[in-house]
Amino acid sequence: MLYGKGLRPLALASAVTLTAAFALVFFYAPLDADQGFIQKIFYVHVPMAIVALLGFVAGGVMAVMHLRTGDRRWDMRSYVAIHLSLVLAVGVLITGAIWAKGSWGHWWVWDEPTLVSFLIVFLLYATYQPLRFSIEDPERQARYASVFAIVAGAFVPLNFLAVRMAESLAHPRVLSTTGGAMPGEMRLTFYLSLLGMALLFVTLWKYEMASKQTSMQLRALRRKLSGEEPPLSVGRSAAPRVTLPARPER
Amino acid sequence: MRTAAAVLRKDLRLELRTREAVPAMALFALTTFVIFHFGLDRRSLEGELAAGVLWVTLLFAAMLGVNRLFVAEREQGGFDAFLLAPVDRTAMFAAKAAGLFAYLCAVELVAIPAFVVLLLGPGPGAAFPELLLVLVLANAGVAVVGTLAGALAIQTRARDLIAPLVALPLLVPVVIASARATAPLLAEAGAGAFPAKWPLILALYDVVFGLLAYAVFDYLLED
Repeated sequence: MLYGKGLRPLALASAVTLTAAFALVFFYAPLDADQGFIQKIFYVHVPMAIVALLGFVAGGVMAVMHLRTGDRRWDMRSYVAIHLSLVLAVGVLITGAIWAKGSWGHWWVWDEPTLVSFLIVFLLYATYQPLRFSIEDPERQARYASVFAIVAGAFVPLNFLAVRMAESLAHPRVLSTTGGAMPGEMRLTFYLSLLGMALLFVTLWKYEMASKQTSMQLRALRRKLSGEEPPLSVGRSAAPRVTLPARPER
Repeated sequence: MRTAAAVLRKDLRLELRTREAVPAMALFALTTFVIFHFGLDRRSLEGELAAGVLWVTLLFAAMLGVNRLFVAEREQGGFDAFLLAPVDRTAMFAAKAAGLFAYLCAVELVAIPAFVVLLLGPGPGAAFPELLLVLVLANAGVAVVGTLAGALAIQTRARDLIAPLVALPLLVPVVIASARATAPLLAEAGAGAFPAKWPLILALYDVVFGLLAYAVFDYLLED
């Protein structure tokens, strides 16, 4: 599978969608009645949070595929998905704090279950990379990282359930309960932002996969040119590596 | 099943002879109560504060046990011997989780009376059966997740650091549920109404993570 294929149209599509979504945010969506302008951060914050959580769960599903098939490429896919979701999660926490400061006057509000559960999930996934890179053997590294990704992926919904039951319901629950009250313009803008964010995630994922794959092919070709034996893959732990299938001779 | 019982028997006998983990955990819990006394500057605690101090202490004491859980297997070649034997690998998980559960119960036999004497304002008298139920459910959750985290961390370079980092976020729901469930039991004005939803959440957590750990544990022992 070539990850570079279709990368340009995909990148173009996500740029166009995101630009259109931001144009709608600023010129089309109405101002919120009680929160005013600060509410517009919602169109960045919520799509980012949804995409990050889905990315974590997708990483777990890819890890299941890795353990089932034993194909190391699934582990690399899972790694890239989780690490991009972590980057998005930092953005979610920052935009969430800004929104909380703007509308409640505090940078952090503990009695708000969604923010708190998101922080717990973030703290859990923050240990993914330390765990992964402190295991020396690459094959074992992939296996252990997959086990972690599966457990953590299953933990995400359970954690949201537990925290939500523990706290009062202060967070604006835009999609489920008050979703019916959201005017059509807002909803359209929101869904377009969500689509744009999801496209951005897929583009970045494919981009990183393509880059990893290319550098690995390059390394394999160099090794072949210099006529070296393939080195034993022990000791060095960096981003996950996969052994490529032998390319047919031309 | 017989394999798990054999490994568990081996672990318990080892613990009885070396007394490595449980006394350290119990001592750690006692010291933490003293530290909470000075840190909070309170002579006695009740209600939510008492529940919070109790569960934080028990959780951190459990982390000591999690760190020790697989050390002997790794250093003395127990893993290799286990892999050579023609037995189900999940037996190792069942034995280790049961062992950690037993350690936690033993620690609580010391820590809970000490907590009542040292810090707790109201006695837990009337609410004792409910407290016992919460303790058993929470111990099961900590045992399952702790065993999984310990097994994940044992092959890493910084295993004593990784195990608590992985286990603590995973155990946040257990802390929430058990602290909320025990807070009314430890209230000054006598035991309040016992909210039934928290033991249910604990039980759900135990079942979900028990099944999950059962499913993935095999992959941690392959070599």
